[in-house]
Amino acid sequence: MSKVSDYVDNLLSRLRNGEVASLARAISLVDSHADVGNALHHAVRPFTGQAEVIGITGPPGAGKSTLINALITELRGQDKRVAVVAVDPSSPISGGSVLGDRTRMGEHTDDPGVFIRSLSARGHLGGLSASVLRVVDLIDAAGWDVVILETVGAGQSETEVAEVADINVVINAPGLGDDVQAIKAGILEIADVLVVNKADSPLAQRTERQLKAMLQLRREESQQVPVVSTIATAGSGIEELVSAIGSQSQSKFNASKSERLLDRTRRLLAQQAAEQLKCWLQGDTSPESASIITAVIEGNCDNEKAITDLIRIRYGAIL
Amino acid sequence: MNQPLTVTSHNLEGSPARALITKIGLDGHDRGSRIVAAYLRDAGMEVIYTPPWQEIQSVVQLALQEDVDLIGISSLATDHLIIPEMMAALREAGLDSVEVFVGGIIPEQERPMLLKAGVRAIFGPGSQRDDIVECAKGLAAESREKKQQAFGG
Repeated sequence: MSKVSDYVDNLLSRLRNGEVASLARAISLVDSHADVGNALHHAVRPFTGQAEVIGITGPPGAGKSTLINALITELRGQDKRVAVVAVDPSSPISGGSVLGDRTRMGEHTDDPGVFIRSLSARGHLGGLSASVLRVVDLIDAAGWDVVILETVGAGQSETEVAEVADINVVINAPGLGDDVQAIKAGILEIADVLVVNKADSPLAQRTERQLKAMLQLRREESQQVPVVSTIATAGSGIEELVSAIGSQSQSKFNASKSERLLDRTRRLLAQQAAEQLKCWLQGDTSPESASIITAVIEGNCDNEKAITDLIRIRYGAIL
Repeated sequence: MNQPLTVTSHNLEGSPARALITKIGLDGHDRGSRIVAAYLRDAGMEVIYTPPWQEIQSVVQLALQEDVDLIGISSLATDHLIIPEMMAALREAGLDSVEVFVGGIIPEQERPMLLKAGVRAIFGPGSQRDDIVECAKGLAAESREKKQQAFGG
């Protein structure tokens, strides 16, 4: 027990001192749900809330990684220390994955002011990994100014990044859909900044028009989303993007930072509670739980009551 | 409810092994490294894949930031000759627990030099998928064992 807290204390102080290897190890521990990872996350809590978290999402091949590469260059020019967490999907068959996002960010590998970490989604749906909120906290506590969060290639409903990031950038590739796609519910709604990447493509202007038209159909207070055109491979439009992110984050932060932190932490707890509860309920093979489940199968009990009962027999003593 | 923080495990048991598959030097033939990356993915590992032409210091940074358990270097055009230099750089960065294996065209007479530098296994043409995967799994397990010992010590 004391050995573990010694280890956590040691890792924490090295992480706070900016040691990259310690941050990297800490992320592995948190990502693998090792108990020491939980203890570590608990320990970094007091040091979080400083970093600005920018979420980058969009469909596969839209240019997220390449745009992040250009963003890093721009932010480094402003002397900010930039961390990137890039999530790639895991195989539904083997559980393995090929994490290749940082391939596009290779020019920053040797810069000590840049930290890039690839995570596998490990079967988690929603565009991120289950551990990502805690990973961001670790990086935050290690003193990085900006954390850029890259989701897996997102479809229409992978909007989880909105719950983690302070500012959300949604990247669109030209020519992927018409104006009806643009007014659908989902990923476009979480954008604080919309980007049309590959702006040198012939269809880019049409995509930009569709997005702007979509914004005009919104309620007035949510119309103020800048649409920025970029060519990530050439670094074009990146300055505009950074300033759009800056002004959006200013107006958002003015709203109330403490409220947002409260929200973020509540979501983290709810997410962890759901995971834990699922784990416990699935592991409960007691005769009591079996009889409740049998009642569901036989149609004598509805799901909602069964769930309440299952929780009650497990936690009755505590609750 | 104020439950004490119970810590029962500090290892990464059950979480997928992390492998860096890359190429150093000037050789651009990357089919082999892609095939091995896919093998390891299919074996349930998390593979950090990079394009060829990495510098030694970049490999060190990749291994550090990604906290990998093993590194696979593919070499088809004499780039294996700088692997001992890479091994030294890894050690210097404190990455002793990371295991390294090599694949590609490695002349018989140069294998001892690599093994002496700390390379754990070498796979030439005609190597079988299962052999590569088994070896990688074993090396990853050894790497984690070392990390675990570092914790205990």
